[in-house]
Parts: sequence; structure tokens; C-alpha cells
Amino acid sequence: MAAPELSKTLRKIQERFGDQVIEMHDQLGQDTVVISKSAIFELAQFLRDDPDLKYNYLTDLTAVDYFKRKPRFEVVYHFMSLEYKTRVRVKVPVGEPDPEVESLTPLWKIADWLERETWDMFGIKFRNHPDLRRLLLYPEFQGHPLRKDYPVTKRQPLVGPKDPMA
Amino acid sequence: MSESTTTTTGIPEATTPPAEKTTKNMLLNVGPSHPAMHGVIRITVELEGEIVRKADIEIGYLHRAFEKHCESGTYTQAFPYTDRLNYVSPLINNFGYAAAVEKLMGLEIPERCKYIRVIMSELSRITDHLTCIGASAMELGAFSVFLYMMKAREWLYELIESVTGARITISYGRIGGVKADLPKEFADNCRHAMKKTREVLKEVDALLTRNRIFIDRMKGVGIISAEEAISYGITGPFLRSTGVAYDVRKAWPYLVYDRMKFDVPVGTNGDNFDRYLVRMEEMEQSMRIVEQALDQIPEGPTNVDSEGRVIPPDLMADLGKFGKTAGLLKSETLLEPTLEGTEKRVHLQIRANDKEAWLPPKEQVYSNIEALMNHFKIIMLGHGIRPPKGEVYDMVEGGNGELGFYIVSDGTDRPWRVRCNGPCMRPMAALASILTGGQVADIIATFGSVNMIAGELDR
Repeated sequence: MAAPELSKTLRKIQERFGDQVIEMHDQLGQDTVVISKSAIFELAQFLRDDPDLKYNYLTDLTAVDYFKRKPRFEVVYHFMSLEYKTRVRVKVPVGEPDPEVESLTPLWKIADWLERETWDMFGIKFRNHPDLRRLLLYPEFQGHPLRKDYPVTKRQPLVGPKDPMA
Repeated sequence: MSESTTTTTGIPEATTPPAEKTTKNMLLNVGPSHPAMHGVIRITVELEGEIVRKADIEIGYLHRAFEKHCESGTYTQAFPYTDRLNYVSPLINNFGYAAAVEKLMGLEIPERCKYIRVIMSELSRITDHLTCIGASAMELGAFSVFLYMMKAREWLYELIESVTGARITISYGRIGGVKADLPKEFADNCRHAMKKTREVLKEVDALLTRNRIFIDRMKGVGIISAEEAISYGITGPFLRSTGVAYDVRKAWPYLVYDRMKFDVPVGTNGDNFDRYLVRMEEMEQSMRIVEQALDQIPEGPTNVDSEGRVIPPDLMADLGKFGKTAGLLKSETLLEPTLEGTEKRVHLQIRANDKEAWLPPKEQVYSNIEALMNHFKIIMLGHGIRPPKGEVYDMVEGGNGELGFYIVSDGTDRPWRVRCNGPCMRPMAALASILTGGQVADIIATFGSVNMIAGELDR
């Protein structure tokens, strides 16, 4: 698996997290690591703080529902290093029931909203998140719409205005 | 005056002033039905007098399930949805999405098309910044600035309309190219529009940049540090106002930005005024890019047949019927006026020459079976454009910062997952902490400088 021409980032991750790495590739020139979910917080911290890597940006955090695959979900992180002009994608497989991963809110402030959105859309929980509410949808919404078993045509109950005096 | 601390009733009063205040903090809803919140944002603030002590931002009022809808349509059908992401610079969204799919497919687009994309993106960036500055100045009471800016934006919209056929919901991008070539008189019109826009910008600069009231409302207000901005993942003018010169066009040059000379303006204080200055300068830089692109834009490869002839369409169709298709693939015909812009000559300049992704020119479709089959293979349900299995993240510099698309393909004609990483979500996430500790009146100024576009924020 470890091809000789791996990038610096992938090599360092391989060295440090070798036994927890599930897969690694750089298709289309985009470094990608699939890592077990127990290591994600440590890996993110390593990527951010290592002086050779300095991935100081959490560009994106989202998830993909593979539905028939097991484990069903993948939480996808995109990191960027402003100094070295590199990017890396980290994927964490998360299975049912009760999908849950460690929150990155202690490391990046934007993780707060991105994790709330992922919870909203996929129903993936983030451990130690300070305030895991829905972000885009309203509290009474039922289900998590970006899951593949959520039909596009599904209707939601109408919610009337709240009584401000109550 | 310790003697006077006893009252007539003999009960001693507190000798030190009471620590707890006699007033209560007030909870105030700003929006969503507030003109400055554009009808789509709700900010709940806790006020102590005029000072914001706590703020909570509620978004999602314009959620349209963009990502879910993309999964249920084909790759091409996502374009109209991307128009509606950032509706003041829709062209950048179009090209950003197209670029991600092209990267996944390994498509290379022709030179002329790259230049068209650069020109149209930069025009969009100008309309974006014009709207932002105009609207935020209006919210501070400078209504005339808003009207001047809208006037300039209108000239650019007319220009965009002449190319795409629409002002806002343009759907001009295509996978592997753009919908149509630039019209003949485009370069002149474009130069003229930019000349007039420059005049407007000069006027606005004179009205605002040294205006005492404007400076008092903007300077030192809504400050964010570079570290904070990076922790919030902020990009674009909002980040550059803090002094970090990150711009996707420079850091990861795409299309032909590496051939353009332009500067990345940065601020120093990270306040509202710096964001205003950065945006003003970026418009000038965008115009520089457009001018260079207009000078450099090449004519595409005009493909003439081996004898160099242009044959009439009826003859071409007849030849096709009799199976004499050998030379036809290289021949040309003109199908105007009903199918303007679909002739092969124009077509080859603005599309990737790839049968996997692009509808063949109509003259070919009507005259030979190969092109007809090609046409159906792309249009028919269950066939369509099929990127190989895999995933890609690609980004462009949008009006508000890095606009990324993460696309997962399972090898069918529908994307398995399309994720739009819109730039204005980051400053919106940071807004609560920026507002805290400031004056209630500054909410409007700071919110205006975010350039919140609900279409891409709520998707």
C-alpha cells in the first residue's frame, strides 16, 4: 500500500498512526486518508500542531451516507495548510446504530457549526460538542434528510408560530 | 458621610454602593423580519443598555435542500441549482461546480473557454462586491451610494445578459465548457462598461472613504484577529482584511489566473472599514484581470474539413441519409438562425472535445448517426454523463472566499453526493463572537460587511 511516492503528509500519518490507518491514496492528486474513528481527534490535533504539516484550516466537515455499505457513514474532513499550501482529506467510517465521533470543537471554532450541520443532515452525533442543535432545519423536523433512506417527497408536519408569552 | 447612613427609621443602609445593578438585561430579536437581515437571519441578542452581551445566530430560513436535489438529478441538472447558491455572482458557482466534475472526469477545456470563464467570473466578482458595499452603505444611511452601485451593477448585468441570456439565473456553465461563445461586440461593450464602473467607483470612493460619519461607523468596529479568523475557517475579503493574503486564485491557480497580473489587497485591522477597502480594491483588480483576459483571449481552433469547405445543411443531411458520412465529421455547415451558436466552428472553441461530456453540434446530430447516437447517449435517462467512481474536492475563489465542491461519484449518471462548501458560512459562525461586547447599532454595520448571501449559506 505504501507507495514510495507518497506525499509528506501521508508519510507522516503513516508513521504516526500506521495501525489505525485503514486506507490511503492520492487519486487525482488529492491526499486521502481513511482512519478509524478512535484516532480522529488525535490525528486532527497532530495535523494542526505538527511543525512540518501545520494544517491550520478546517476547510470542510461533512458526511456521506453509503447506505448499503458497512459501516454505513463516512465523516469527511478537509484540512488545509496555509503555510505549505497543501490539503488533505480524512475520512472516518461510522456505523449504525448510534453513529458518533469525537467533536473537533476544542481545536477549531468552525467545527461547531459544521458538526451541527452534519448532525442535522445525517444524524451523526459528535461527542463533547457543547451545543449539538440542528443548524439549518427547525427543532421539530423529523428525520435527517441527507440520509439515503429519507425520501425526497417526504412531508414534514407544519409548525405554527410559537407563543412568545408561554 | 457615614453619619447619614442611618435613616429616620434607624435601619442602617448599605455603606457601599450596591454591586448588583438595578436594570435587567434585555432580550432582543433582530430579524428575520428586519430589512437589514435580508429576511433570512435571526439574531437573538442580550443587551445591557446599548451593549451586546450575548448573541445567537439562527440560520436556515432559505434552506432549499440543494445537496439532496443534486443527488436526484443528473450531473448537468445541478447547474440551475448552483445559480441560486450565490445569486449575486452565479457564474462563479456554475464554473466551480463544473470544474469539480471536470476534475473528476479528467476533462481538459479549451483555452478560449478558460478565458471566457475567467472574464465572466471576474465580472461576477465585481457585481458581488458592488452589491455588498452598496447594501451595507445603504443600511448605514448612505442611500445614494446604493443607487450608484446598483446603476453600475446594472451595466454589468446587461453585459452578462448579452452573453448568457439572463441576468441572474444564468445557467451558463456546462460540464466541459460554457453554453455559448461571447457575442461579437462583447469586448467593446465590456471595456465601455468597466470604464463607466470605474467612474462610479471613483464617485463612491469620494463619498465614503473619507466620510467622517462612515469612518466612525466602520473603523474599529467588528474586529476579528487573524488567528480567530483562521480558527473559524474564514476566507475571502473577510480574511484578507486581517492581513492574511490567502486567495485561491494565487495559492492554487486554476483556469488561466497564473497568466494574469493582479494583486491581492490585504487590510491590517480586520475591522469593517478594512473589509470595505479590500472589496473596493478587489473590484479594481478584477477589472485589471478582465482587461488582460480580453487582450489575451485566443480564437479557438476552427475546424474545417480536409477540403476546407462549408456545405449547406440540406446537402449535409442528404449525404448523411445515403451513408456518405466519411468526410462529414470534419465538414461544417451553418444552421442559423434557429440554432445560433451551435455550429461546429463556434462549438469547438468553447467545449472540451470529449464525447463523454458534451452534446455534439447540431449540424452533426442532424447529419450523421455517430453524432446522433452521441447526443442520445448523453441525454437519455440512465445514460448521461458518467464520471468514474471516486471523489473530488475542487475550489474556486468566490465573491466571499473559497467556494468548494466535494463530489462523490458511484459511476452512475447521478452524483452520489454533492457537498457545497459555501464561504459565507464561516463569518456567519464567527459573527456572534464579533458582535459580543459591541454596540447594538454596530450589528448592522458588521453584518453588512459579512456579505451574507443566504442562498449559499443555507443551500
